[in-house]
Amino acid sequence: MAVAVEVRGLRKKYDGGHVHALDGIDLATAEGEYLVLLGPSGCGKTTLLRTIAGLEQPTEGEVVIGGSIVNGLPPRARRVAMVFQSYALYPHKTVLGNIVFPLKAEGLDRTAREKQARWAADLLGLGELLDRRPRQLSGGERQRVALARAMVRDPQVFLLDEPLSNLDAKLRASARDELKRFQRRVGTTTIYVTHDQAEAMGLGDRIVVIDRGRVRQVGHPVEVYDDPADTFVARFIGSPPMNLVRRSSTLVGFRPEHLLPAHDVAGEKVVLPFAVDRVEHLSGDRHVYGTISGFGEDTRVISRLPATLTEPIAEGVHDFAVDVRRLRFFDEGTGRRADPMPVTTTHG
Amino acid sequence: MADVAHRTRLVDRDGVLGWMFLAPTVVYVIALVAVPFGLAIAFAFSDVTSGDPTYDWAGLENFRRVFDDPVFWQSLWNTLVFTTVSMFFIVLFGKILANILVADFRGKWVVRFLVLLPWTTPVALSSVSWLWLLHSIYSPIDWVLRELGLIETNLYWLGRPNLAMASVIAVHVWRLVPLAAVIMMVGLLSIPRDMDEAARIDGAGYWRRMFEVTIPLTFPLIAVAALFGAIFTFTDMAVVYILTRGGPNNATQVLASWSFLRGIGGGDIGQGAVIALFLFPLLLIAAVLILRAVRRMETL
Repeated sequence: MAVAVEVRGLRKKYDGGHVHALDGIDLATAEGEYLVLLGPSGCGKTTLLRTIAGLEQPTEGEVVIGGSIVNGLPPRARRVAMVFQSYALYPHKTVLGNIVFPLKAEGLDRTAREKQARWAADLLGLGELLDRRPRQLSGGERQRVALARAMVRDPQVFLLDEPLSNLDAKLRASARDELKRFQRRVGTTTIYVTHDQAEAMGLGDRIVVIDRGRVRQVGHPVEVYDDPADTFVARFIGSPPMNLVRRSSTLVGFRPEHLLPAHDVAGEKVVLPFAVDRVEHLSGDRHVYGTISGFGEDTRVISRLPATLTEPIAEGVHDFAVDVRRLRFFDEGTGRRADPMPVTTTHG
Repeated sequence: MADVAHRTRLVDRDGVLGWMFLAPTVVYVIALVAVPFGLAIAFAFSDVTSGDPTYDWAGLENFRRVFDDPVFWQSLWNTLVFTTVSMFFIVLFGKILANILVADFRGKWVVRFLVLLPWTTPVALSSVSWLWLLHSIYSPIDWVLRELGLIETNLYWLGRPNLAMASVIAVHVWRLVPLAAVIMMVGLLSIPRDMDEAARIDGAGYWRRMFEVTIPLTFPLIAVAALFGAIFTFTDMAVVYILTRGGPNNATQVLASWSFLRGIGGGDIGQGAVIALFLFPLLLIAAVLILRAVRRMETL
């Protein structure tokens, strides 16, 4: 597949700042791909998006869109569309006026641009709202207007900056679904910024995990979840995060849902004595808090029991186990993945 | 119950406290706005002069005499010209300066300081400088124009009707532009940064962003600033009084200065009051327009 957007060796340093907001980022999106930039706030993901859009100039490195270097070009010359966190709709213009604006700036004549705008509005189910003003719209409708305004110009790439964070939790799930279906239909390359891992897992063809201006891992959601490249990704993705137990100079990690009562784990497994001190019931699942010992350092961990496991877990020491294939090993010093270390296992 | 009442002090009662805080304002408004306004109405229907302050009812006599006086109508016309032309340039220059004030460039604090200087200079002081700049013989402006070969003889800025009006307007604009610029700067700063960036992404250039995004979004504020400025201009007599005293031959006479000259200078307080009262309905219209602009601002 062709490459739609590529950044090479991107660095950004703000005036007077000692840290790089972007610290050497190399990244490429495939044509039509849904790429999600995920990271904690302040990690540089929004700066990266704004640099691609042309709202910020990189200190070093290149931005390539559609095969040509666009460094120094203003946003309007880059054929990108962006949806802002606030949506940034023009409050004094009607919905139609908002959607038509990019076409007007392009110099399209009136009939052509109205036709185009109506097509975009219909695609997003805004046909009835064209004469309203943004303040008369609900959060979800505003988001759709922002999307319509973004897509009306047929951009090479959509840049979305946390477009769901202004919606309430209920609306967010349905808006997420809508976003994904919308992108499948128009097939435009999309770069999506979020700090919400659920959004990232749900939307992304690939996820880019960013921390302190650097790419930590790029991969399919399942890959990033199952095979985190380092302890940052392991702790950042997953809720509750991956358990990490120190054993000599290695950190051994396993997901809470893989720490189960020993007799519920088949095959080759590591048995761990688990001193349970608290159980939380969360819509079906149970989170079991406690300390495991005898494996490495005594460590507080969490076990997530699925709703299908109904046996009661009382406070006290129980034999829990982890399938040996579910163990991940990290170097304590660098945090990067390390070679598996030998562990005592049992069968059954 | 008695115990509760005992422990409640006077200042704990919202009603009492509210009035205590409001009282200075109420006194101020009554003493300096309501009483003079009432007096002006009373004087307008009397034959009170500075020489004979006893109050005798004169009916509409003062109104008839004022309206018969061509100077009054000329003053009214001059006031409208003065206000309209001044406001046009104040808004225009204010807008330009506001854009300069929000721009980010080296040494911007010097520019900001210089922009605000006219507003902070007392009008009496700055008008004296202007008197010199526009002097019939020693005007440096005339000197420069002469040296450049653009004029043969001095222009007599304050001595010719049209030039005198232009001078008065120029000085007034110079005085009010800084305030207008600061108000409009606040308007510009209140626009979310996203809005400008969205317009840039949408492909709009500088002028399109200015006319389709910035100006519509700041319009209510510009309108309020302009109307406030218009009221200032409408009721102002300082610049006229210091520069021309209304001359030459009443060419720069405005209602405020004419009312002052008639009522205080000439001692005919009744007529002065009538002229001053004539400002009231026009200011009322301006006030209504301001309130409507404010409401529009709230609904945006």
